[in-house]
Amino acid sequence: MKKHTKNSFLNYGIIILFFVIFQTLVSTKHISNSLQGQLIPICVYIVMALSLNLVVGISGELSLGHAGFMSVGAFSGVIVSTALKHSVENGALRLLIAVIVGAIIASVAGVIIGIPVLRLRGDYLAIVTLAFGEIIKNFLNVLYVGVDAKGLHFSLKDEASLGLDIATGTTIVNGPMGAVGITKISTFFSAIILVIVTLFIIQNLVYSRTGRAIKAIRDNRIAAEACGLNVTKYKLVAFVVSAALAGSAGALYALNYSTVVPKKFDFNTSILILVFVVLGGIGNLTGSIIAAALLTVLPELLRAFSDYRMLVYAIVLILVMLITNNEKARILTTEFKYRLKIKKKSIGNKEVSE
Amino acid sequence: MPNKDIKLVSVPSPNFVPERDLGKPLVLEVSHLGIDFGGLTAVDDFNMAIGATEIAGLIGPNGAGKTTVFNLLTKVYQPTRGTILLNGKDTAGMNTIQVNREGIARTFQNIRLFDSLTVEDNVKIGLHNSMNYHMYHGILRLPKYWKEEKAAHEKAMDLLKIFDMEDMANAKAGSLPYGAQRRLEIVRALATSPKLLLLDEPAAGMNPSETAELMENIEKIRDTFQIAIMLIEHDMNLVMGVCESIAVLNFGKIIAKGTPAEIQNNPQVIEAYLGAKKEED
Repeated sequence: MKKHTKNSFLNYGIIILFFVIFQTLVSTKHISNSLQGQLIPICVYIVMALSLNLVVGISGELSLGHAGFMSVGAFSGVIVSTALKHSVENGALRLLIAVIVGAIIASVAGVIIGIPVLRLRGDYLAIVTLAFGEIIKNFLNVLYVGVDAKGLHFSLKDEASLGLDIATGTTIVNGPMGAVGITKISTFFSAIILVIVTLFIIQNLVYSRTGRAIKAIRDNRIAAEACGLNVTKYKLVAFVVSAALAGSAGALYALNYSTVVPKKFDFNTSILILVFVVLGGIGNLTGSIIAAALLTVLPELLRAFSDYRMLVYAIVLILVMLITNNEKARILTTEFKYRLKIKKKSIGNKEVSE
Repeated sequence: MPNKDIKLVSVPSPNFVPERDLGKPLVLEVSHLGIDFGGLTAVDDFNMAIGATEIAGLIGPNGAGKTTVFNLLTKVYQPTRGTILLNGKDTAGMNTIQVNREGIARTFQNIRLFDSLTVEDNVKIGLHNSMNYHMYHGILRLPKYWKEEKAAHEKAMDLLKIFDMEDMANAKAGSLPYGAQRRLEIVRALATSPKLLLLDEPAAGMNPSETAELMENIEKIRDTFQIAIMLIEHDMNLVMGVCESIAVLNFGKIIAKGTPAEIQNNPQVIEAYLGAKKEED
């Protein structure tokens, strides 16, 4: 079996193991309420980290507005879910529709941003995505959406100007108050499914013709062009797939709460996701999964330190950076791997000689 | 616009091709090619024709504009003047990607491999445009994906066999020794199934035995793939040994064209580049 196939299965294995362990803990009630509440966000952040890794690690571009795509998915998901409340009774089906719509709207946003920016060279993408995140946040701050028997109503002024029918109308998005009155339909199981689907898409994409082209362009743009690769196209593919996955994660995230405010998806969240990717190792999917999961629960686990929580969090980040980048630590791990290999080889040789 | 009535007629430029390519269409026909960088004229009035299976050499002192000519042919730079006909087709307005699809593949003076990809994957990038499956075939791992990937694997291995590199297929390209990296670049270029292969100093950094092997391989490539090859090289043994026609570039202009024997005895070339004959060997 090839090395990357092994890694792919390892990733699926980690997620399934994670699911089995926590599902048992939940059903036997051996888990604290706060941690149980973290299960869906953990999955969502794993998807966010994996999708950002596609842009940062595989495609080699820096995106600083990943939370922007998450919020696009979150709000469009909530709008769809609330609007379909009466026509689609089944929660799981409604969640599926909301997640797909979230992905589609976010990918549209990805195309709009990607087409002009990815034609340029250099770090323009970082600047534009940074601006995109802020623009989306401010746009959602003045967005009012409501639904009544006549259908959806939009406004950029205030709630009253929606002109909702008093008897049947409900406000879905209420400006700075965010999306309100959400029915929670996300489940841990559905979140795990989303993680597995994300892994499936990213891993299969990376180890196909398209993924190979994306990596080649990252390694050497000039040579890729000389080989006849359409550089802009493949950069856009990576960016849009990443945006779509972030949108779907956003929809699932929003439908886990009763209210979601636009401020939740600000620059800090984008940086947080980038931290997951960098800490897990750029281009390393397994690392992204572990980093996202640990760093999402870490603030909860550090609750005992109360006021010093963020201080300890920062120290942990620095320590991880130091250890993973340490020359001695690296020598130790390579030596360990080498010894394992020799062991395997000697076992293999014995089998041959026997 | 003045002089609107004047009609230009194309005149046969003093070009030549090997006898066996006579009657076959020219792979490349360059006329009056030139480029200015600001006030500096890097290449001027460059004329050249390459026959279907010709091995042509481009030599000259450092800074003469040899690599610039390659960059013009592959449209890394857009020429200021002149026309490039590729298989009779004008390449004006095309970009690097389109020129590659029309049949020019190249290697680079400073090696440009996809370092983090394996040797096999580097070759598969060359095969990219000949592979015929969509993104969703890949994501969903449909039968077409397996079929095309398998075909590409076999083709990549066949190509690697030219340089006996099959056993390196799974190594990272960046970890290969220098000579092997140069050879891999040639294989990758060949994988795009070009009609004209441009080699930019293929023997740079190779030892004499590697160079001798490369010379054989250049001829082998030409014979098996029936393509034209144009190379820039400073190693005179290789150039004189393998090229059928040679153009000498100095200060952006062609100062001599001819067979290796003619070039070796051309006083202008000796003065500008080769140096006195005794020092040569």
